[in-house]
Amino acid sequence: MAEKYQLKSKEVWDGNMAASHALRQAQVDVVAAYPITPSTPIVQNYAQFLADGYIDGEFVMVESEHSAMSACVGAAAAGGRVATATSSQGYALMVEVLYQASGMRLPIVMTVVNRALASPLNIHGDHGDLYLGRDAGWIHLIANNPQEAYDITLCAFKIAEDQRVRLPVTTNQDGFLVSHTAQVVEPLQDEDAYKFIGEYKSLNPMLDTKNPQTYGAQTEEEWHFEFKATQHKALMESTSVIDEVFAAYEKLTGRRYSRVETYKLEDAEIALVLMGSAYETAMVAVDKAREEGIKVGLLMPRTFRPFPYNEVAEKLKNIKAIAALDRSAPMGAMGALFNEVSGALLANGQSAIMTNYIYGLGGRDTTAEHILEVIKETDKNKEAKKRVTDLQGFINLRGPKLSFN
Amino acid sequence: MKNIGNLKEFACTPDRFQGGHRLCPGCAHGMIVREVVNATEDDLVISTATGCLEVCTAIYPYTSWDVSWLHIGFENAAAGISGAEAMYKALSRKNRSYNEDKKVKFVAFGGDGGTYDIGFQSLSGATERGHDFLYVCLDNEGYMNTGGQRSSSTPIGAHTTTSPRGRVSYGEKNRKKDLTMIMAAHGCPYVATAVPGSKHWKDLAQKAAKALSTVGPTFINALSPCTTEWKFKPQDTVEIADLAVETCMFPLYEIEDGHKLTITYKPKQKLPVEEYLSRQGRFSHLFKPENSWVIEEIQKEVDRYWEYLQRKEEAGV
Repeated sequence: MAEKYQLKSKEVWDGNMAASHALRQAQVDVVAAYPITPSTPIVQNYAQFLADGYIDGEFVMVESEHSAMSACVGAAAAGGRVATATSSQGYALMVEVLYQASGMRLPIVMTVVNRALASPLNIHGDHGDLYLGRDAGWIHLIANNPQEAYDITLCAFKIAEDQRVRLPVTTNQDGFLVSHTAQVVEPLQDEDAYKFIGEYKSLNPMLDTKNPQTYGAQTEEEWHFEFKATQHKALMESTSVIDEVFAAYEKLTGRRYSRVETYKLEDAEIALVLMGSAYETAMVAVDKAREEGIKVGLLMPRTFRPFPYNEVAEKLKNIKAIAALDRSAPMGAMGALFNEVSGALLANGQSAIMTNYIYGLGGRDTTAEHILEVIKETDKNKEAKKRVTDLQGFINLRGPKLSFN
Repeated sequence: MKNIGNLKEFACTPDRFQGGHRLCPGCAHGMIVREVVNATEDDLVISTATGCLEVCTAIYPYTSWDVSWLHIGFENAAAGISGAEAMYKALSRKNRSYNEDKKVKFVAFGGDGGTYDIGFQSLSGATERGHDFLYVCLDNEGYMNTGGQRSSSTPIGAHTTTSPRGRVSYGEKNRKKDLTMIMAAHGCPYVATAVPGSKHWKDLAQKAAKALSTVGPTFINALSPCTTEWKFKPQDTVEIADLAVETCMFPLYEIEDGHKLTITYKPKQKLPVEEYLSRQGRFSHLFKPENSWVIEEIQKEVDRYWEYLQRKEEAGV
């Protein structure tokens, strides 16, 4: 038996430590991982927990992220709880296997400490990796601070392993801004955390050798479509389980999470949509703007996938102008949040003046002042009842102003 | 370790790898796989790299596998099986085994593409980490599942679709990578070469049984003559395999603990390589006068390597 870890009711943890303790408390059977900045401390912390006797499971230090996710697939198909962590290039190297993990309906939990994708090489936070895995068939959950990184990771196991879901889940936190920023975290005690997640429930385990299983079969034109559609259905319908898990977690901890988070949106006329640590920066900007009489609110999809289209539209139904802020190089299009929010509104017969802002690439600082500027520009669109600002702008970019219309 | 008796007895072992698969008539893969999976009484969990074996044996809604089986990708059969093996260890330690009364063995199959080339990193990593598994390379010396392109296992002089013979080309220019020795250099407790067929079936079955009863990473490199891309008649597969051994183009040996080499079969009279090459369309161009030097080079290399194996065996170091 693993040693019980003595936790204080309040710990000072960075996002990496918070995620590491969540993995430890989940009593993961196999962690297969490969270190990469800025998620390396998760792998190191886990190794130390193992060295100190706090972990009973296997820890497989593989030779690449590709093998990390491949070993996770093998372990999960074998029939037990599996988790890993990565960032950026490591995530990119895993992409092939991410699709295989979800296609085989394996409930792997992966903490992604979000970081920019090269080239040029950059170790700092943006959502390039998250967006790269957008269509990989995983549930993508967003955590904005160490407390959330801890909470959401615990919830992730319960969501992934639910027999109605059986899909892999990423829990995302911003590189350095969350992963390396220590804050007060209120953890559960080990037994309470484990009890919340529950024992691993197997489904078609390879190790039940009396009932042999074939994983990773080939399907061509006569079956592939049905498989993928079924997988998509499970992802789309995971919303009810996510809601249940968040409700159970609130009951246990008093901390409430929703698939769509909002801030001062009830009476707002304009809104910003964004995810990650900048959401908290934007709260400060919203407060300042409101002091100046601008009725602005915030919205964040906690679940980037499945994207909560109808809930987003409902929350934004009275909003006149919206700025979607994407922390990923858009490369020939509007940012993903812009596209999703626009689609969500149109699909529900709504409209708002939409603009897109690209911010924080490669860890570029985005301050409340920057976001206040965005709020003011968005307010101009509302006042003019049409778009008078650029369709796509760049926040805190040096050099000549860059924008697209 | 399972006792490998006579062929009749061995052939009557209940099949864990069922017929009705879509491998080509005359393909050696099926023979090798059947021998390996029947070489233990323990239960099996198997991973298979993308390739001929994979695409021909698990086409939904069918499967040839009467054991648990996993296919992930082309380059990660070893990583996948290492994860499954780790889970077995973890659940055993936590007293959560699915079948406490049964031991489970872990086997990965890959073609030479998935083993020598794209899967080599994953194989090297899983081996270095010391997982308890057997990796079997089904070595047909090229990417045969996709129409016969070269791999780093393709022997010099062979025609493939990406190292074709031509007006100014004699085919493959590079020598076959010596993967078996590379695996031995990992310090594996057991590595071996093997061929399918009637003459050496027992050699293969015994090596598989030995590998499966050895704790730690083990490796068997099994030559798998490919009727389709080597261009010989489907009924000649076994004969071609035997000729590979008799000419010492593919010698049979095993290495224990990374260094102790034993040649498991020595031809009474080593046949000239022409006997092997002339039976396969992929080498037919070598018999043109302007390419005769390539055959001479192949013979020289085969002689050198055979000498090397014998010296290494004698030295016992």
